Amino acid sequence: MSETAQSILRFENVTVTFEGDPVLRGVSFEAREGDSRVILGSAGSGKTVLLKTALGLIKPDSGKVYVFGRDLTALREKDLFEIRSRIGMLFQESALFDSLTIEENVAYPLVNQKAIHCPPVEVRPRVAQALEFVELGGTLDKFPSELSGGMRRRAAIARAVVTDPRLTLYDSPTAGLDPITAHTIMALLVKARDVTRTTTLLVTYRYQDGNVMANFRYNAEQGRLEPARNGARPQARTTFMVLQEGRLVFEGDQDQLEASRDPYISKFVKQRV
Amino acid sequence: MVASEAGTQARLLDLLKGPVIAVQSFFSLAGRAVVNIFRSPHYGDDVALQMDNIGVGSLPIVVLTGLFSGAVMALQMARVLSQYGQINKTGTAVAITLVRELGPDLTALMVAGRNASGMASELGSMKVTEQIDAMRALGTDPIQKLVTPRLIATCVMLPLLTIIADFVGIFAGWVISSGFMRLSSRLYWSSTWRALEWSDLAQGLLKPFVFAIVVSLIGCYYGLKTTGGTQGVGNATTQAMVTASVLIFVLTYLIAQMFFGQTQL
Repeated sequence: MSETAQSILRFENVTVTFEGDPVLRGVSFEAREGDSRVILGSAGSGKTVLLKTALGLIKPDSGKVYVFGRDLTALREKDLFEIRSRIGMLFQESALFDSLTIEENVAYPLVNQKAIHCPPVEVRPRVAQALEFVELGGTLDKFPSELSGGMRRRAAIARAVVTDPRLTLYDSPTAGLDPITAHTIMALLVKARDVTRTTTLLVTYRYQDGNVMANFRYNAEQGRLEPARNGARPQARTTFMVLQEGRLVFEGDQDQLEASRDPYISKFVKQRV
Repeated sequence: MVASEAGTQARLLDLLKGPVIAVQSFFSLAGRAVVNIFRSPHYGDDVALQMDNIGVGSLPIVVLTGLFSGAVMALQMARVLSQYGQINKTGTAVAITLVRELGPDLTALMVAGRNASGMASELGSMKVTEQIDAMRALGTDPIQKLVTPRLIATCVMLPLLTIIADFVGIFAGWVISSGFMRLSSRLYWSSTWRALEWSDLAQGLLKPFVFAIVVSLIGCYYGLKTTGGTQGVGNATTQAMVTASVLIFVLTYLIAQMFFGQTQL
């Protein structure tokens, strides 16, 4: 991780409570341009809340969240739209709009985010390109209900990356998928990270996902993943974070994570297949 | 003793906190939905879609409701009025009852049953599958995109549906009066026409407009605050339907009281 790289996302002592119950407790970290961060944690540890807070969908009770240098906690909802237009988000349930076709779903951010300024004639080619990227070129006219779970997840990835965001947030992208489909999805995320050179936050409870993110890179010439510790660029590093009951209990690289003797942290590493 | 009183007060405050917050968030939603009518972007396609869903979709049940309520009113009124030799006033009774009360109330109840619950379940499903969050993440205000079009569409369509229900009900009353009670058609229609005053029409059109605001906003409110997966969607649907129906009756009384007060003055 380069210390000179621009700060993309910074949490400063962020606390979020739901009906009095703390969901995030004093979380602080910083992701710089080009970083990959893998956030591990068991169910209910606050992973999804952390991503939604980074996107400004949830306002913290205390602390500051800086995205591209701007404090989200001080902005009104309509002012957040400009910042969100530079962030891609894959939701846990894909969150494709049921009433829209896959083409309309992927086109949605291009059409509705004013800050993107996408001319109408460019919308369809960009949508087609994004769907080709996730190998779903023939699904433009289909509705989400006509696709399998894995295909819906890939369509949602296309929607997340169609705007070429500088920061991409993935919420449990492999949850509920079979191992082969899960690997396909992870390969797409590494490809998206290395092709668009975006800062990436990956929330997952599967250590294998983080392992792929940290140890593989996308070879554009051969069109497939290849082993490469520390991702695509030598200066970029994958950082692991572990959340436990809303607290950030670990932040470090894969070697440090694997060396940890903390029972909660080592539980994730033992999942490794 | 003092500690006990303080504990009781704290419990009372805790009990009140939930309803107060609910009312506050409902009015906040209502305010934002109304303000959005005058703000861009305007989602005309969504308004048209909702008008079709609420207006055209509800037409069959509203026509049936108007038809049978008008027929029943004519039968019952003719029976009572005939005891006083006033059967020729059947049209008057049917018209006033339908235009003032039954037309707006029954139409609103039908639309609440069909559309408030539909809105709650549709928006609730979107909420629990994170589509509402996705909408916000992708640059759209969910209230502007989902709530305001439903509010506009209901406010336009419910008064129109009420007019149709009133007319169909009066027509059904004529069929019963002339077909079964041997009342002359001319007498029925002239008594109907003379019976209705401007205040009746005002009351008959103000009510569906107020009911439309309640039905659409209650449906959207419960939908947007849905939590807890598919069970939560079911609860939101039921709560929306029940709350909208109860509020229709409460508002019926308040509006009737308002017009009665004016008449007294």
